Amino acid sequence: MTETAAPACSVDLSRVTKRFGSGPAVLDELDFAARAGDFVAIIGPSGCGKSTLLRLLAGLSPLTAGTLHIDGQPPGVDSPELAYVFQEPTLLAWLKVAANVELPLSLRGVPAAQRRSIVARCLRQVRLEERAEAFPRQLSGGQQMRVSLARALVLQPRLLLLDEPFGALDEMTRNHLNEELLDLREQQGWTAFFVTHSVAEAVFLANRVIVMSAHPGRIAHEVKIDLPYPRVRATREDPAFQRLVAAVTHHLHSVEGDAR
Amino acid sequence: MSRRRIPVIPAVIAGIAFIGLWYGVREVISPSRVFMLPPPHAVLQAFAVHADELLLASRNTAIGALLGFALAVLVSGSMALLLSVSNLIRSALYPYLMMMQMMPVIVIAPVLVLWVGAGLPSVTIITFLICFFPLVVNTTQGLISTDRKLVELFHLYRATKWQEIVRLRVPAALPYFFTGLRIAGTLAPIGAIVGDFSAGSSGGHGGGLGFLTLIYGAQFKMAALFATVLSGCMLGFVFVATVSGLSWLSLHQWHDAYDKSDH
Repeated sequence: MTETAAPACSVDLSRVTKRFGSGPAVLDELDFAARAGDFVAIIGPSGCGKSTLLRLLAGLSPLTAGTLHIDGQPPGVDSPELAYVFQEPTLLAWLKVAANVELPLSLRGVPAAQRRSIVARCLRQVRLEERAEAFPRQLSGGQQMRVSLARALVLQPRLLLLDEPFGALDEMTRNHLNEELLDLREQQGWTAFFVTHSVAEAVFLANRVIVMSAHPGRIAHEVKIDLPYPRVRATREDPAFQRLVAAVTHHLHSVEGDAR
Repeated sequence: MSRRRIPVIPAVIAGIAFIGLWYGVREVISPSRVFMLPPPHAVLQAFAVHADELLLASRNTAIGALLGFALAVLVSGSMALLLSVSNLIRSALYPYLMMMQMMPVIVIAPVLVLWVGAGLPSVTIITFLICFFPLVVNTTQGLISTDRKLVELFHLYRATKWQEIVRLRVPAALPYFFTGLRIAGTLAPIGAIVGDFSAGSSGGHGGGLGFLTLIYGAQFKMAALFATVLSGCMLGFVFVATVSGLSWLSLHQWHDAYDKSDH
């Protein structure tokens, strides 16, 4: 991988189980280790606990059993910088684009001069520097998602959690944003967990694709994606890419068959 | 972007038709009772004749309405913040807020007169009582309806509770607050007039529109009574227009309710 030296972090899950109240296990004894810099795509039928897994990683929800370590530490206040990108842009409607991107920095008390230069850089990275003074509702869905990405990147996260971030966008926009996301990764280097319903998106982005099964949520298969980075538009026409898409699709069908 | 144009002509035609009907009704009422419905031009004359009284009374009512309204905004804002931070406080106090709303103002007026004196103090408190409920209910609803994803986002960014309130919950509650403010804005002048009617006083700077209604009523000055009613309408209109203007100022840039583009 051609990756800069930015310190991405490792993630270790050991027998991670999650149930809500006394209900059935949503996630059942997950074992998984992500190395620093891994781009892990998670795919599976609804109800397999994909989003729950991200919430556990973010520390938004406690584990029921098992251990979870991020760079050797349990998730919490001292855990390394992480950013979460939701399926919706989740922008503050009353703040302009620049102020939305600036939010994590100003909540953290970063000095104003420093904030401005970071925000300008991140807006440039998502090619929205001209819309800095617009309100979110004046942007298209794809642009709003770019703002959300820029906001996620201002704290220079070492772990990026993305919950179907481009699921609501049309395919062209989604493809563009996938390419941009990989560009950003080349520049920054982070470990990423990316939940998606699209096999092609998973294969295009990730170096490891996890196929999960539902009821209870388990890791059913892992597919290594050994396509070299940087990946570009032409990668999608590569026969190796298409073979991998077929392989992941096959696994996905097999777990969906189990569910029925 | 131009403001949406409200068509004027239909409203003008309806207004003229209404005045025509007004004159028409006078023609069919028995002569012994026709004094009860003064013709529109007599109402206009009454405006001129009683201009000083009406202006002073409107001013007094406006002051009472504004004071009560402002007090309601301040108290309901603090109360809504308190109610929004804790389910326990909310369930403890909500029934009593409901009860406060059920309280018949006309009945409480004599008590207020004894407690704080007739005139402006009573009028202010009655207006406050009438405006308070819609404000506190709407603002509290706004403060607790913040998008859950945004709250989680603030948690992820390790925002303090204070930051969450000031930078997320309060601005997100603004559209709800303004909904309450619009309702309170229409109620405030009515509240002040009702308050003045039941707890007004001619002392101090004189009574308001409610008190004037009592006097003109006792004197059978029908045209002057109609002029008083119209003065109250105009005062209400000024209140509502002001609140709508404030709402527009704070929301039009970002809130969907003011989105004029068609996509």
